Amino acid sequence: MAKQVRILLGTKKGAFILAGDARRRSWELRGPFCDTWPINHVVADQASGTVYAAGGNEWFGPAVWKSTDLGETWTHSSDGLAYGTGEQPIKSVWSLAPSIGGLYAGVEPAGLFRSGDDGTSWEHVSGLRDHPSRPNWQPGGGGLILHSLIPHPTDRQQIWVGISSVGVFHTADGGAHWETRNQGTRCDFLPEGQRYPEYGQCVHCLVMAPGMPDRLYQQNHCGMYRSDDGAAHWNSIEEGLPSSFGFPAAVHPRDPAGLYLLPLNGDIRGRYVPDANAAVWRTRDGGASWQDLREGLPQGNVFWGVLRQAMATDALEPAGVYFGTNTGVLYGSADEGESWAPIAQNLPPIFSVETLVVAT
Amino acid sequence: MVVVSLPPALLSLFPGCERQLELAAATVEEVMDALHARWPGMRDRLCDSTPRIRRHINIFVDGEKATLSTKLREGADVFIMTAISGG
Repeated sequence: MAKQVRILLGTKKGAFILAGDARRRSWELRGPFCDTWPINHVVADQASGTVYAAGGNEWFGPAVWKSTDLGETWTHSSDGLAYGTGEQPIKSVWSLAPSIGGLYAGVEPAGLFRSGDDGTSWEHVSGLRDHPSRPNWQPGGGGLILHSLIPHPTDRQQIWVGISSVGVFHTADGGAHWETRNQGTRCDFLPEGQRYPEYGQCVHCLVMAPGMPDRLYQQNHCGMYRSDDGAAHWNSIEEGLPSSFGFPAAVHPRDPAGLYLLPLNGDIRGRYVPDANAAVWRTRDGGASWQDLREGLPQGNVFWGVLRQAMATDALEPAGVYFGTNTGVLYGSADEGESWAPIAQNLPPIFSVETLVVAT
Repeated sequence: MVVVSLPPALLSLFPGCERQLELAAATVEEVMDALHARWPGMRDRLCDSTPRIRRHINIFVDGEKATLSTKLREGADVFIMTAISGG
């Protein structure tokens, strides 16, 4: 049976779905969905094909949208998606992760929710906000957001989360208790001698290597890191990159040593691509070396950036790689990043890119 | 009974929802309860978990800005509006 890719976009003005042909050369765009709400993350359950979209609307608050027909029709719910009376209300849903333990959602202000009924209702995984560090959590530029969410693929008790300006946490008991996982990641924005705290690190994106759950990669505000022990320790892999600063990271679908990044020029220099030339950077050896991939990407006078959830790979052979810019352009590669072409332009700012492979 | 008017941006979120309807309610809070009973989830769209009316939602009762505790006379006009917001 032939396989085709669907690209799922979250944007400032709704969700979009692109359907590719068998060669991943021609794409049909549909949307905007979700009533043009700001949508931070759109994901699909790879088994069922159900699409979920996370966002928040200034008028109507947070919600998770769901479509079981690839975007033709949608429902939404925020039943149970709330903290207790008197606490700061949830503004928006930032991240979603279907898993063997249910559907998880990360929200702003930072917290974790779980749905055991496919997104119809939600329960607070309160253990995370019970962590003793919580009174000291401070929002970063993007807010106090739980943006990275990685359930273990086979052990429903284990989850890793990344909270902007707070760091990485891990639970081994289904969310009742959490431990910080920031050893080895820097805080260049703190005084000398205080740059390796237990928490307070500005994690930008956290991803897990395929078939190797103990290997995680982290793009941080201050460096690029790899852990081979479930985030207990992090080691810098930024040597060879043009910058230690960036937002997204995307793993190769089959190679645990394969990773794609899109570094930006630094946190105080405009946050666009280095030297105003677009490039995706790839490693095939776990970060020991890096290769810049530029063919088909604009060179010169490029002043866009790519946000933390806006890069993804697909599961075809060879792997496709996709990223969306904060100026509304979606680029794609059907050959593991060797060459690139714009897939869609003139979109709203792109907040997230994910893929779904469907049988046709 | 009171007469409740809903904002157009809310209607598409709840298929079958009417622009204007009559409800039995003695307070704005009870209007929210009644709307939620008819269209599950509508209360969450109009009120946050504090609980209070969402920051960018305005409710006017007989022309006066209201809160959840505002009392309603028989026949009151409850107008729910989206505030200026966006970008």
